[in-house]
Formats: sequence, C-alpha cells, structure tokens
Amino acid sequence: MSAPAGETKKIRTIIVDDEDLARQVLREFITKHAEIEIIAECANGFEAVKAVMELKPDLLFLDIQMPKLDGFEVLELIGNETAVIFVTAYDSYAIKAFGVHAVDYLLKPYGADRFNGALERAKERLSGKAGKNSQELPLPTDLSASARAPLQHLDRIAVRDGTKVFIIPVAKLDYAEAQDDYVALASEGKKHLKQQTISSLEQALDPARFLRVHRSYIVNLEKVVRVEPYAKDSHVAVLSSGSQIPVSRSGYSRLREILDK
Amino acid sequence: MHPILSKIRRLLLYLLVWEPITALVAYLLTATGKLSGREAVVLAMPLCLLFAFVCLSGWYSCRVTPLDKSSLSKIVTAHVGGAMVATGLWVIAARWYSHALARSGAFPGIDDRFLPEIPLLGVTGILLYLLSIAFYYVYMQFEASKDAEARMMKASVLAREAELKALKAQVNPHFLFNSLNSISALTTSNPEKAREMCILLGDFLRRTLGLGEKSTIRLEEELSLIHAFLAVEKVRFGARIQMEETVDPKALNVMVLPLLLQPLVENAVSHGIANLVEGGWIRLLIECKGSDLSIAVENKFDPDAPPRRKSGVGLVNVRQRLKARYGNLATFSYAPDGESFRVALKFPAEREVQAA
Repeated sequence: MSAPAGETKKIRTIIVDDEDLARQVLREFITKHAEIEIIAECANGFEAVKAVMELKPDLLFLDIQMPKLDGFEVLELIGNETAVIFVTAYDSYAIKAFGVHAVDYLLKPYGADRFNGALERAKERLSGKAGKNSQELPLPTDLSASARAPLQHLDRIAVRDGTKVFIIPVAKLDYAEAQDDYVALASEGKKHLKQQTISSLEQALDPARFLRVHRSYIVNLEKVVRVEPYAKDSHVAVLSSGSQIPVSRSGYSRLREILDK
Repeated sequence: MHPILSKIRRLLLYLLVWEPITALVAYLLTATGKLSGREAVVLAMPLCLLFAFVCLSGWYSCRVTPLDKSSLSKIVTAHVGGAMVATGLWVIAARWYSHALARSGAFPGIDDRFLPEIPLLGVTGILLYLLSIAFYYVYMQFEASKDAEARMMKASVLAREAELKALKAQVNPHFLFNSLNSISALTTSNPEKAREMCILLGDFLRRTLGLGEKSTIRLEEELSLIHAFLAVEKVRFGARIQMEETVDPKALNVMVLPLLLQPLVENAVSHGIANLVEGGWIRLLIECKGSDLSIAVENKFDPDAPPRRKSGVGLVNVRQRLKARYGNLATFSYAPDGESFRVALKFPAEREVQAA
C-alpha cells in the first residue's frame, strides 16, 4: 500500500501494557512523533488480540507479562502483518530470544534514544522494504518457543477464531493434525485452527505426553485407548473421544515402545 | 555399624588392649599361689581372647538402651543382666577348658586347683563386661555429638545460602526495573509523586540490605518491610492492590527469620495481582496459636493466567529456611483454592531474650 506522494500516512499504533504508568511513558514518547497515531490502548492480551483484529494497526507496542494472555501468545495469534516492538522489564529468556531473532524491543526503563531507534527500525520495516523484511521476521511460534525457559514445555495453547481467543490446556488436547500451513487442534469435540507447523508444535509439547504418530498427526498419549491394525502395514490409534488417528509404521513402533512400558 | 568390628584396624587395636588385661587376669589367677605362673598364662590367654569377643556383644545392648532415651532401671537391668549371662557362660567355658587341659595330661589336676579361683574370675568378668559397656556409651555419646555438630553445620550453611538467595531474589530485577519505569513515567506527569516513589524505593532497598546480617528480626520489622514494599508496588499497580492485614498484637515482638514473609507477599503481587486486570486482594493473617506463630498469606489469582515465566523459587526457599531453622517444628504448605492461592506456615514463636 503506497501512499500518494506529498500526503504522509500516519502510522496507526496500538499500545498494550497492563500498567497505567507504563502506557503513560509510551504515550509520552509517541506523542513527540507527529507521524504516529495511537488508535487504541489495551491493558491485557485478550483486548490486544481483539483490537489488532478489528483495527489492523501498523505498529504494536507489546508488553510481555500481562493478565490473560502474555505478549508471545498475543504475537502467535496476530500473525506477521503488524510490526511489533516488545516492551519488557526483565526476562532473560525473552531478551535472548529477541537477540536471536532480531526483533525490536525496549527494556524498561528506556529513554528517548532507545525508543527512537526502535521506532526507526519499525518504520523501515513498514516502508517499501516491508515485503522483503517480513521474510526475515521470525515466525511468531518460533520466537515464543525460543523465549521459553529450557525444559519448560507448553502447558496451554492459545487459538483465535475471528476476534475471539480460546485457551486450550494441553491436557485437553486430543490430537493435532497438520493442514497446510495450519494445525488443527482437536479438543473437547471441537477443532481449532492455528497457524503453525506441526513440527514446531511437536517440539513445544512434552514428549512424555505427546507423540508424533504420523507425518501429519500428534496424539495425546493419555487419550489413546487402543491401537488397531488398519490396512497392510498401517494402524489406527483409537482415542477416548472415539476419533481414529492414522499411525504410520515408524509411529507404530514408537507408540508400541511407550505403551508397552 | 559396630564400632570395633567395622574396621580390621580397630579390631586389632582392641585385641591389643586386651593383652595387658590378659596379663592382669593371669596375675590374679596366681595370687592365691595354687596355680603356677605358666598354668595361669595357659588358662588366661584363650579365656581372655574368648571374653574379648563376648564383650563385643555389649555394643548391641547399648544400642537398644541409649542413655538419654531409657530409664535408669532399664539400663541397669539390661547391662547387669548382660554381664551375668556373659560371665556365666565364660565361667562355664573356663571350667570346661580346665577339664580339657587336665585330661590332656599336660597339666594334671589343673582343674581342681583352678576351681577356687572361679569366684575371682566371675567378678573380673563382670567388671570387664561393664567396663566395655561404659566404653560403648562414651563412644555413642562422642558419635552423637559429632553428628549433631555436622547437622548444625549443615543447617547453618543452608540458612546462609537461603539468606543469600533471599537477598538475590529480594532485589528482584523485575520489581526494580518496573519501579524505575514507573518513576520514569511520573517524572514528567507528576514530579512530586516521582520523588516520593524514589524515596519509597530507597527506603525499601535500605531495609533489605540491613537485614541480611541478622539471623532473626522482630515480626514488626518484617511487617514494616512489607509495607515499604507494598508502598512501591501500589504506585505501580494503583488501586489494583487491596491489602488486608489481620495481625495479633501479641505476635509483633516474635523473632522471625528476616525476609521470610516479604517474598510471599511479593509472590502474591507478581503471580496474583499482576495477572488480574481488575486487581485483587492480598490477605495477611498472623496469629499466636499456643506456643506457635501461625501465618497465612492469601491472594486472589486467575487460574487461567498465562503460564509463569519464572519458576517459583520463592516458596521453595521459604520452606528450606524454615526447615533449616526449626526442623520438624515448622510446617509449611501452599495450595490454590479456586480463585485464591494460600500459603500457610507455622513455627515456634521465639521471643527476644531481654538483655540483662
């Protein structure tokens, strides 16, 4: 989207932080830049996702530790369309993840120099080079995965349907199925789509509780009732919900190994 | 583990100690002049060697009747009885041995000449047995004090470590950076308030620094530290924090571990209040219950909050410090209960000893 020459289009921005004073600092720095327009302020992750979906901002200032949904969960749900500048006080894993993935971030407390620097980078990203730069942006799920403490597994998954956010505790996940660029997450009789590769989901889940039984399927081992032969060389896992999940030959031997223990 | 049988060197040393005893017994046997020196030695040597091993059994009766946990009558009965049985068997063995010597022809009539010495042998046996019992008790006492010393060392090392950890957790980077960010916000919008917050933060930090060196402080001091902490957090969270305190006035002068409660209140803020959009309550309940101090910290929390990005070292730390200080006299528990999280602890209420 290129603006007609001579007319500068304002950068529509949303700021997200649960603390009044923290939003106040951001507002103060932002108002010094006439080209930026604050279109919404949010105090928690749910509000943030809703606002981003409805308002489609260009830029998002995002706190990490917030009620309801944390900053990484918000990022996973809003995709790569919006430029995001993370704002956080202290989180060694997150800061490392930002460094690795070259994401813009501000460490509280920050000054005008640091703020302006991050803003410049965000503007570059938003300008003509956006297409090229967004290629360099990390996948939100990769970023949040590397921001997790080592050995800490995912214990819930946030999914979005329109502007609504659902939280699926991994204990309630029956299975996940790869569908092109998405995974379908089956839980309590419903299926939720999330933009993520099945491999990155597999890595985030606890391997003691979840198993990749097929190129396109991960099952929750607690939900497996029995394994039946299906055709020559293939099996199906029958889950407590009644779903039948294809099991590949290598998946079958891994499954046997665990179930026989 | 038997103190003598457990190591071959100890056993050899023990047998060495029995050499002069053997000589003494042999000398006693010649005292009435009926036995020749050679006969006394031939009798005493194997008998004493046998009795040396019989006395090793005394360890087990000492083990089952420890001095500090058994009544005097039980101790006396156990060991006098043990001495009689051991000596009785020994005397029978001695009689049999002297007969065997006489029958072998090497020492004709030795059994008859040995007979009058039997009462003396019996008395000697009883004394030697009781002597070994005394030795075992001394050894047990020595071991126990060595154990106690090791335990105390370990406890004090743990306490020191916990203190250091508490101090590190104290100047929690999160707390500090967020507070500084609040000050940064206030400098333009409300300079007065910014200055006030600088002072509150300084006050809190100074208090925590002073506490590291003390092993215990009055509960009152810990409470005022908590107030200083909350004063800072209230600037950040505003009306989101509602603190409710119920403190038994009798508890104020109880001596407690420094920085024991503050981390619990900090947890209540960072894992409870910080995850609630509308904020919530923190309740601090302190009561004297008999000779114990009972403390509960409760806070509202969101069971569906994003997963913690920090492990809960705070609670583990508090548990360790309580254990190191009070052993089994302290209890500590925490559990979520619906929308509230409750940490409860109880430990002996120690009061300051008035300086004379």
